[in-house]
Amino acid sequence: MTITAPQRESSVPLSGMPLVHGTLPGWAPWATLAAGAALGAALAVASGLHIALAILLALLVHSVAIYAWSRSVEGARRATDRIVTTIVSGAFLLALVPLVSVIMTVLQKGLVRFDAEFFTFSMRGIVGEGGGAYHAILGTLIITGLAAAISIPIGLMSAIYLVEYGRGRLAKSVTFFVDVMTGIPSIVAGLFAYALFVLVFGPGVRMGLAGAVALSVLMTPVVVRSTEEMLKLVPHELREASYALGIPKWRTVTKIVLPTAVAGIASGVTLAIARVIGETAPLLIVAGTTTAVNLNPFDDSRMATLPVFSYYSYALPGVPREPYLDRAWAAALTLILVVMALNLVGRVIARLFAPKSR
Amino acid sequence: MTSITPPAGRAKAYKRPGDRIFSATATGAGITILVVLAGVAGFLLYEALPALRADSADLPGGEGLASYVLPLAFGTLLSAAVALAIATPLAVGIALFISHYAPRRLAQSLGYIVDLLAAVPSIIFGLWGLTVLAPRTAELSVWLAENLGFIPLFAGPPSATGRTMLTISVVLAVMILPIITAVSREVFLQTPRLHEEASLALGATRWEMIRMSVLPFGKSGVISAAMLGLGRALGETMAVAIILSPSGGVTFNLIGQGNPSTIAANIALQFPESTGVAVNTLIASGLALFLVTLAVNIAARWIVSRRSEFSGAN
Repeated sequence: MTITAPQRESSVPLSGMPLVHGTLPGWAPWATLAAGAALGAALAVASGLHIALAILLALLVHSVAIYAWSRSVEGARRATDRIVTTIVSGAFLLALVPLVSVIMTVLQKGLVRFDAEFFTFSMRGIVGEGGGAYHAILGTLIITGLAAAISIPIGLMSAIYLVEYGRGRLAKSVTFFVDVMTGIPSIVAGLFAYALFVLVFGPGVRMGLAGAVALSVLMTPVVVRSTEEMLKLVPHELREASYALGIPKWRTVTKIVLPTAVAGIASGVTLAIARVIGETAPLLIVAGTTTAVNLNPFDDSRMATLPVFSYYSYALPGVPREPYLDRAWAAALTLILVVMALNLVGRVIARLFAPKSR
Repeated sequence: MTSITPPAGRAKAYKRPGDRIFSATATGAGITILVVLAGVAGFLLYEALPALRADSADLPGGEGLASYVLPLAFGTLLSAAVALAIATPLAVGIALFISHYAPRRLAQSLGYIVDLLAAVPSIIFGLWGLTVLAPRTAELSVWLAENLGFIPLFAGPPSATGRTMLTISVVLAVMILPIITAVSREVFLQTPRLHEEASLALGATRWEMIRMSVLPFGKSGVISAAMLGLGRALGETMAVAIILSPSGGVTFNLIGQGNPSTIAANIALQFPESTGVAVNTLIASGLALFLVTLAVNIAARWIVSRRSEFSGAN
């Protein structure tokens, strides 16, 4: 077997071949981005270009400039790579636009009526200005609390079943349908609760308990999934050490497994509550709305909740409109603050008390 | 887990009453979940029956159940499809940014930021879409009608309020972005490290590495993520109910005034004022929505679970 050395083109002397490609300096993308931004800003100021179009123009200038520059120095493949980097980063920044815009809008419009009266007065007998969402806040707390009281035991025990006992087809189908259940539209959960309660209480039923049942349909699968993940993280050595000491399985689960995973479970439950506390559609259907405080979820009577309060204040305002719209935005602000706080608390619990095994 | 079950053939251990009660409770809870899911279908069907049996003249619209539900189903599918077309490429880009472009220390926090979008209640997206987004898309609609009017989607004449299918499609896209991003991100992160390093070692740029090792690996995951997003978009209620100004037409025109409504939004708008067989009709349309989303979700989950059996270990 003979190995022939490749014949080098005589026109390119070996000494003239660079060992590495040309590379753009590290500041190159920032420079073209700055150039694009400057051009966009200049046009926006000079000719009144729309701000969105100006940003688009800046990104376009940046893309073209970095592509041409990179292609001339680094070659076509690196140039494509740089374009993709721009597109991918741009996609992320684009996703932040609605988030920031939503938060800014809700803050700006919600702060108008974000006062003590809003939290301490109901809407009973209120026409026009004044009044608040006291009744709706209580309703949301009662209904969400009831939903949590239904879903947490079922969700927790189902997760224990899946991790500690579940074998065979039943466990597989429970796992599968829990995942499928997370995708049930919230309005369908509301219709289900209505269809269930209408059999007992007759047509037109509206009650807090029905709202709680609807929410628990949405909440249970989330609790199961997060608890299941956490129980799976508990090391087997702990269980086996417990069995070796002759401790029954149920006491092993309640005294060893659950306490080890309690932080993760608490975090999962918090996130599940955050998911359902802002649900509007099911409560619109089965809990309805009212202007007065109603503390009894087991009575066949309407119960206001914060999201539904916000919806009706906005969709069916009285005259004059302004106070109603302000109250709708204040309710939205309250809601978004509660949801964000619950999310933050959930993440912090998970981060602080995560099992140190990994 | 297999290590704690005693080998078969041994004498069975004495079962304590506590153990029996506890395992029965846990199994019962698991079965409860299946029962609830069956109950959702069962009770909806039971309450929908009067509408299925009723004379078509008694139903809302007076022309039978099919002609009542079909335009709504059309609107539901159209808005969800457009939302999916907007959200999927964007979500794949975001997922790639978080999994392969962002600095590793920041990646998790950036993921949380995208997840925050999922935490915003849908009613707030509705209020935001109506007050902030709709006026913007009204401007955009005029431009689209003038310059791209030959495409049936932008036929016009443009609506002046912006309460159009285009606006709700954009809002729906924003709302399903987090779930598509989250699932895609997880799948991209599961790409075998050796595949990535092998392609980098062969001299591939980052994009070539992603195109040749990450995207082929994650393709089925992205498809199922998109289907989960589709399920969410089909069932989204309040944002559509607040923003859209429906007129019941069947049209592909996204920017005009004659917008078809969606099943979920129609239920939310009509239910509080409905009585008698109209309620049953709405429940029948809800049953249709439930079956469609169930099918979409089952298909998506099936793809994910099938995939994990084949590629989880390598």
